[in-house]
Amino acid sequence: MSPGSNDPSSLRERETLAARKPNLRLRAGLLQAIRHFFTKRDYLEVETPYLIPAPAPELHIDAIPAGGGFLHTSPELCMKRLLAAGYPKIFQICKCFRQGERGSRHLPEFTLLEWYREETDYLGLMDECEEMVVFVLEELGLPPRLEFQGRTLDLQRPWKRFTVQQSFERYASTSLERAMESGRFDEILAFEIEPSIGFPKPVFLYHYPSALAALARLSKDAPGCAERVELYAAGVELANAFSELTDPDEQRARFEKELAKREEQGKTVYPMPGKFLRALPFMPESAGIAFGVDRLVMLLSNQKEIDPVVSFTPEEL
Amino acid sequence: MYNASNLRKGLKILIDKEPYVVVDFQFTKPGKGQALYRCKLRNMINGIMLDRTYRSVDTFEPANLEQRKMQYLYSQENHFHFMDLQSYDQSALSAEQVGDAKNYLIDNLEVDMLLFDGRPIGLTLPNFVDLLVTRADPWAKGDSVAGDSKPVTLETGYTLRVPPFIEEGIKITVDTRTGEYVTRVK
Repeated sequence: MSPGSNDPSSLRERETLAARKPNLRLRAGLLQAIRHFFTKRDYLEVETPYLIPAPAPELHIDAIPAGGGFLHTSPELCMKRLLAAGYPKIFQICKCFRQGERGSRHLPEFTLLEWYREETDYLGLMDECEEMVVFVLEELGLPPRLEFQGRTLDLQRPWKRFTVQQSFERYASTSLERAMESGRFDEILAFEIEPSIGFPKPVFLYHYPSALAALARLSKDAPGCAERVELYAAGVELANAFSELTDPDEQRARFEKELAKREEQGKTVYPMPGKFLRALPFMPESAGIAFGVDRLVMLLSNQKEIDPVVSFTPEEL
Repeated sequence: MYNASNLRKGLKILIDKEPYVVVDFQFTKPGKGQALYRCKLRNMINGIMLDRTYRSVDTFEPANLEQRKMQYLYSQENHFHFMDLQSYDQSALSAEQVGDAKNYLIDNLEVDMLLFDGRPIGLTLPNFVDLLVTRADPWAKGDSVAGDSKPVTLETGYTLRVPPFIEEGIKITVDTRTGEYVTRVK
């Protein structure tokens, strides 16, 4: 077909893109507001490479091979090396890549906001996360109470906090212990718990079983639990945070375990991230959080699915 | 062999030795957890729906399905008999398997037969079939309840509503997907 002719599929493609304009405007404003929040708090914005030789060895996160290495699945390892080298407060907004993750709330290429701060733990980050979202809403001129898919989402502080154990007691058909034994933890969390939580206030789920937190510090007061926390709003998972593990021997052992499980399942076995492990003893007590920017745009623009909040989905390229 | 990442709408897989087609499919992945594939599947033999959740480690055998052109021959004792147009082999489907397609089965009609492990399990009709009207009541003019159509019976026993000018002995084209009258055959 000649250029400029009235090709109906081209028209549809342009209409789909044009209809996203309000969401993309909101997204642009959101990115600015996030940067404003962190720079006001003396966080340093950093950029770490997307192309890396060794992604964090985690059983269920698959990296996309590229250029003799991998596209990063999160900027975690590089940002922690910065922490260990004396950068006390850093944040980054970047694209991350995860093989095979495509669903109504997943894209294989997505935007992550990650921030790290020394001398705090997962509890401190929960507070800062609430403050960040409330600040961003104000900057954008949005009310703290929003409608999401016909229900009220109330983002005024304080938000709710409960343990993973409590969430199983309240919402699941089985106990946390039994779910762990039968390997059904993820299933029950995804289908029984997630849809019921985060209304009207967002909720932090914390104290994950230690087996489910490869890079988190173990809790001192809750045995068998890691200081890991997940944020949910309106049934949508928004962020994952933890008090960072700083013991290099423990970290290496956990990585080896994850890599062994990857091998057992026939997945790519990544190289051990040696430079990260070497830097770990110098990392101060700190905590970090990874926050899904696309998901926040979804919530703020009342979109049920992730597609309309990005300019292009992989299928549209 | 398929794995969970191959799952998509329309994929046909074996479950407990029977063929199923994926009719709905959702991907989700909680936190740092494993990928979950929530599927609605339809049993291609008996139509029964099934909900299943698969994980990334699950694998599947593809269902051994093939489609062959066959010609309808006759029905006998609740079974419908067909002939393979290439091999001339005959095979049969039960009335249950044929379902509403029986409304369109006239001698020599060509259909696409779906076979599972060489055994016929269902058929796809042509979109349009020409059928003879075997009974048509005269149109009661002014019958406002009936509107501008009247019921007729076709050679297969199927009844449907048609425009008033259709009479006994006329052939009409019917859309097999909707069961509705399309046109009069000239």
